[in-house]
Amino acid sequence: MNDMTPIQKSSPKDWETDQEVRWCPGCGDYAILKAVQRTMPELGRKPEDTVFISGIGCSSRFPYYMETYGFHTIHGRAPAVATGVKLANPDLDVWIITGDGDALSIGGNHTMHLLRRNLDCQILLFNNEIYGLTKGQYSPPSRVGTKSPSTPFGSVDRPATPCAFALGSGARFVARGFDVSKHLPDVLKAAHAHKGAAFIEIFQNCIVYNKDVFEDFAAPKGAEARQLWLQDGQPMLFDGGSKGIAMDMDTLTLKVVGVAEGDWQAAGVIVHNVKNRAIAHMLVEMPFGEFPMALGVLYDDPRPTFDSAVTEQNAKLSEGKTPDLQALISKGQTWTVE
Amino acid sequence: MATAARSIDTQSQAEIPHPEAVVVRFAGDSGDGMQLTGGQFTLSSALAGNDFATFPDFPAEIRAPQGTLFGVSAFQINFGASEIDTAGDAPDVLVAMNPAALKTNVKDLKPGGLIIADDGEFNARNLAKAQYDANPLEDDSLGKWQLVHFNISQLTMDAVKPFGLGNKEALRCKNMWTLGLALWMFDRDREPIIQWLKDKFAKSPILADANIAALNAGHAYGETAEIGNPGAVSIPRKHVDAAPADPGLYRTINGADAAAMGLVAGCQLAGVKMFFGGYPITPASSILHALARFKEYGVTTFQAEDEIAAIASAIGASYAGQLGVTSSSGPGIALKTEAIGLAVMTELPLVIINSQRGGPSTGLPTKTEQSDLYQAVYGRNGDTPLPVIAARSPSDVFDCAIEAVRIATQFMTPVILLTDGYIANAAEPWKVPDMSSYKPFPVSFLDHVPEGGFKPYGRDNKLARPWVKPGTPGLLHRIGGIEKEGDTRHLNYSPANHQAMTDIRKGKVDGIAAHIPDQDVCLGTEGGKLAVVGWGSTFGPIHQAVRRMRAKGHDVSHIHVRHIWPMPGNLGDLLKSYDKVIVPEMNTGQFKTVLRDQYLIDAKPLNKVSGQPFRIAEIEAAIEEALA
Repeated sequence: MNDMTPIQKSSPKDWETDQEVRWCPGCGDYAILKAVQRTMPELGRKPEDTVFISGIGCSSRFPYYMETYGFHTIHGRAPAVATGVKLANPDLDVWIITGDGDALSIGGNHTMHLLRRNLDCQILLFNNEIYGLTKGQYSPPSRVGTKSPSTPFGSVDRPATPCAFALGSGARFVARGFDVSKHLPDVLKAAHAHKGAAFIEIFQNCIVYNKDVFEDFAAPKGAEARQLWLQDGQPMLFDGGSKGIAMDMDTLTLKVVGVAEGDWQAAGVIVHNVKNRAIAHMLVEMPFGEFPMALGVLYDDPRPTFDSAVTEQNAKLSEGKTPDLQALISKGQTWTVE
Repeated sequence: MATAARSIDTQSQAEIPHPEAVVVRFAGDSGDGMQLTGGQFTLSSALAGNDFATFPDFPAEIRAPQGTLFGVSAFQINFGASEIDTAGDAPDVLVAMNPAALKTNVKDLKPGGLIIADDGEFNARNLAKAQYDANPLEDDSLGKWQLVHFNISQLTMDAVKPFGLGNKEALRCKNMWTLGLALWMFDRDREPIIQWLKDKFAKSPILADANIAALNAGHAYGETAEIGNPGAVSIPRKHVDAAPADPGLYRTINGADAAAMGLVAGCQLAGVKMFFGGYPITPASSILHALARFKEYGVTTFQAEDEIAAIASAIGASYAGQLGVTSSSGPGIALKTEAIGLAVMTELPLVIINSQRGGPSTGLPTKTEQSDLYQAVYGRNGDTPLPVIAARSPSDVFDCAIEAVRIATQFMTPVILLTDGYIANAAEPWKVPDMSSYKPFPVSFLDHVPEGGFKPYGRDNKLARPWVKPGTPGLLHRIGGIEKEGDTRHLNYSPANHQAMTDIRKGKVDGIAAHIPDQDVCLGTEGGKLAVVGWGSTFGPIHQAVRRMRAKGHDVSHIHVRHIWPMPGNLGDLLKSYDKVIVPEMNTGQFKTVLRDQYLIDAKPLNKVSGQPFRIAEIEAAIEEALA
């Protein structure tokens, strides 16, 4: 065919469905949905080649609102369903939408193994530190002392750190953003550009059950001093460049240093290298309060993907062989009756 | 002394008895290689043209402590000159490689049957482990059987001495010595076994030679014993004639291999690729092992992190346009249950194989049972109907797997295929079918907007919804486990809509009854005094029992049901044409309950949950009682 239709770039509208969005008014999910719909036209994939797969929870309604293929599965199992989808058709652009309960509690095992195997997909973990759809129980990343219907006197167990979990599971791409951040589309683009499992923790404000739990760093006022936006090849500076992250050589831990007159080298500020796994481990564990919240692409160092390895092995072992079913069933311990 | 019960003089050599069928059980320590011995003896039976059925029975422990009662591994084969349906009620010959093997197996031996024992292992330590106060080979406790015993361990060591093996390695050859003796006893050709040993130990010719020497020594021992070599004991010899069989190519097959090949065949007939998600579990893992080698047949295998991921990945693959398949045993199926519901709700094709084992919980991992029928038919949350079929024998799994693929892809539904531990492990001869005789049932993916617009849950005349691959332009849609409208892409939890959707899902599965064969009577007559109704691996003992009782003139028929859900449309009327119905099952009466519920008939149970298959005699007794 010689029908050269010019490729028309889609608009965010093209990625919206006619479905009525059913999240609570003011929910952070709306902002994330907008950010994703705004980003999709930039990625160069067609809606029909894109699949959004989710588990169960507020965030997992997401696929119904994307004009793509979509599968709203069962609680915690989206990574496993996505693995089957991607292995059956590696050409599809697979996105997993999950929450902190879905991905870290009931589905923790699948999240871990998907990251370890490095399936080529994007995992958007909406972290609101609460179970929303079941009306407000505390969740794995909830902070100690979280009062909820199931912990009326405050939770007592140590919280999970999603990015540390991801990195510990073998993730080759780890990033952070938050619902209303203007940087979120850039993080999504970086995740999509990464070939392999790209894990993005998106802090999301549950205005009903855990309102403003991230305000201490997400609030626009004073954000500069509380957010460290990481950029590959750039020094880790924040608070208008007046502070930076350096290495304490005595303890081999990170520290906040003051930067005088822009001379970050003199202050020993680290230049972010997305391929430095050791620093990535420190960044994901960096305690907020004493430190700013590390945001953006924390780690990005691709490795061969699971789906390509499976496809290659299947192809290699099938090479030059004819799938002769009659021959297959005629093998083994055989004899002929005349 | 019962030793050397009878000596054969040279004259009687020419008059080897020709029995109709013989049952041999090889029993030894789990490290003694009894399964291998049995497997090779099976091959030799096949090559001799006998019909046969086998029953491997081994402990759940991989290397149970040596010499213990719970560490005994046994392999039983029933081979004959006519049709063989079961591995046999009671052995004619028991080979016991140690005291524990004798203790746990001798009670099954027929009165007057032959015991061959390795007396080299009957030392004080092993006797104590087997809880014998005295050596049974030396008192008269085995008086009702024929007994021959000799030091197989020492004879093996002597035979392999030239090869300079260590003690442990040398003793490992004693299963081949035993096999050699068995080959002599049943007048079998050694050559195929020698060839097999050469292939097996191709990388270690010394071990090949040693094992061949042991095999030959065992064979020679029989011969020399026969010609009255002083000091040797003589052993009775038998020749079982070839069973009449249709001309053609035959092979041995076990249920796991039949499942793997049947799935491949089904996917070829459907014209789809296969994705198999599995997680290791006894006795289902061997299906995963077999399929992992079939890559050139368009099979992708995925060993998932757990049972749930195994089925969830299979559902994902079905959604993406391949046929998702998963297999497990009862406990694993329990874990998969929520995901089975998702496949029912999203109406995606899926095949789920359950190799049933003894339950509940971990139960009896290596023993057989049929106790997951309720789980298959009813065991899900919500009104969640799905088709269930059950295989009757190792070779039957091949056709059942094809049938499961057909129903799954034609009706857009998950299908459960029930086998069991016995079927998975047992072997039988199988006439290799001509694949061109199978009618293809090609799937068609929807790839365009049909007239009247695209409805993800639109229906064809079988109530099946369209199968759409992601990647297809113009047909974008979302599916999920949440209730939706049939005609639009909208979620809808309204009472009327849920009622309608539930009715449609049920109607679709019920309607499959019109697309399966009518129920036949596999032995006997339509109508009469008594029908023995079975499903699954009880086929063999029921069939033999009914045949024997009919030969004695009794009015009894055998009905074997393959389609457990939905059942064939004529089954109710057929069952009502008998005065009585009994249902033998290796559970506490599950299919009996389904039959009672569906047809309001007074089906009577015959139950066994010992982890062992039915004996023919047990069913004969039940028939006799029912007809009395």
